[in-house]
Amino acid sequence: MSDRTNIAVPDSAHERSNELPVSVAHAILQYGNAFFEWFGKLGIFSWRTLCAGVTPPYEWRELIRQLDEIGSKSLPLVMLAGAAIGVVIAMEARYSLGRFGAKSLFPATLVYSVIQVMGPIMTGLIVSGRAGSGIGAELASMKVSEQIDAIEASAVNPHRLLAATRILACILVLPLLTLVADASGLIAGWFAQRLVEPLSFHQFIESGFRGATFNAFLPPTFKTMAYGLIIGTIACFEGMRTRGGAEGVGRAATNSVVLASLFVILADVVLVKFILVVFP
Amino acid sequence: MATAYETAAKQSIPAENDSVPVVAVENLKKAFVRHQVLNGINLHVNRGETVAVLGRSGTGKSVLLRLIIGLETPDAGSIRIHGQNIAGLAIDAMGEIRKKIGFLFQHAALYDSLTIAENVAFPLVHHRPKISASERGERVRKLLEEVGMEGDLTKMPSDISGGMQKRVGLARALALEPEILLLDEPTAGLDPISSGEIDDLILRLQRERQMASIVVTHDLHSARAIANRLSLLDQGSVVIEGSFEDLQHSSIDFVKEFLKQSQEEL
Repeated sequence: MSDRTNIAVPDSAHERSNELPVSVAHAILQYGNAFFEWFGKLGIFSWRTLCAGVTPPYEWRELIRQLDEIGSKSLPLVMLAGAAIGVVIAMEARYSLGRFGAKSLFPATLVYSVIQVMGPIMTGLIVSGRAGSGIGAELASMKVSEQIDAIEASAVNPHRLLAATRILACILVLPLLTLVADASGLIAGWFAQRLVEPLSFHQFIESGFRGATFNAFLPPTFKTMAYGLIIGTIACFEGMRTRGGAEGVGRAATNSVVLASLFVILADVVLVKFILVVFP
Repeated sequence: MATAYETAAKQSIPAENDSVPVVAVENLKKAFVRHQVLNGINLHVNRGETVAVLGRSGTGKSVLLRLIIGLETPDAGSIRIHGQNIAGLAIDAMGEIRKKIGFLFQHAALYDSLTIAENVAFPLVHHRPKISASERGERVRKLLEEVGMEGDLTKMPSDISGGMQKRVGLARALALEPEILLLDEPTAGLDPISSGEIDDLILRLQRERQMASIVVTHDLHSARAIANRLSLLDQGSVVIEGSFEDLQHSSIDFVKEFLKQSQEEL
């Protein structure tokens, strides 16, 4: 056999090829550990917050402050987004329904699309971005500057004062903001249609809600309470466990938005199926 | 069924007795990951006494204070406040203990969404809910007057200097008239004049209120000015404890080196 066929392979290359499966396995193990550890710590945090939140003394003043911070201050953005969604759906529905000669179904299409689908999920994602990042960054900043430690050293339970109030505020505010988004979407969608062809608002409402029952609209609106629970819990959890100064604050804010948005979307899939089964 | 909070409140705490230390730390150990920060600390502080805990940066001085206030849990040993072991108490159960302790953080840790007055009023709002707003306002004003900050009630923490923030932090720590005062580097980052003013303030408050105080500092000059006893830490253990003169006469190399470096800084 010629020497040219007996190519010498350096030992380091052999070692590297043997190490690769170990490195990949180690990485999988590490990520798996981190995955379950995150859920474990989230579970402990949620339990502590629940226990603190249901036992007196209750932090009513802070709750009201958070209702304003999360609710009132999200209103303009939610209204604007709702209006934009309504216009987009109106334009798309007019085109699609026109192709099939079903223009008369336009009001019902807009109403059901906004209230059952787009309004809730869009509101959830907007609040996740605005309030989720705000809560995450605020609590993270308090954590790195020892303010949360100072609260605890003052014999005040930070889970009760900071986390429970924010989570409850998110739960209460999401359905209300969703109603605002829905109203904004319907009005804007009707107006977009009105610009193209005559359709009075009265006709639009009557046609759109004809035959509708509360079951068609209440469950999709109230499912946003679950979104609020997710957003508030994740944002408070990420904020209150921050380490690492300014970088940690940024990371907490980003994680709050990304994870809250992800879980809101996943929850939407589950809740839609649940609603279809329980409220056929 | 009583909550842990109620149970702790009803537990009989031994009556104050000058022979029982107010704060008693025994064989305290604490490690973070693999780094042994405290390795068997013993410390006793009586009523009206100020103990300064000295040492190089990273020797666990601040960790000691955090363990006493319950922000960290020890790995071994005991911490007794008026004879009651606090190690391992649940957060609500620690509440009654913490109301007896005032804590000044190294950077004051003022709540940046509240004004100066609201910061000082925070413990009163949560633990003295029955006093009227006007009485609370009066108490806050008096506390800020004690620390020389009576003219800045409506300012935000970001509007005042570091030294002023420490004064406000001290006023907040005194709001519930604590029996124990824990001060974490009260003069760190301050100019010599401001440091002297803080030292004088601590001395005056100590004379008036007779609290059991633990001051963590690396500033030997400040420690000498305000403390009855000095406790020098190295590698997680107490190397020497006594008066400044005891430290000066010590034959331990680390003590001599620490004093020498501190004198050179002066």
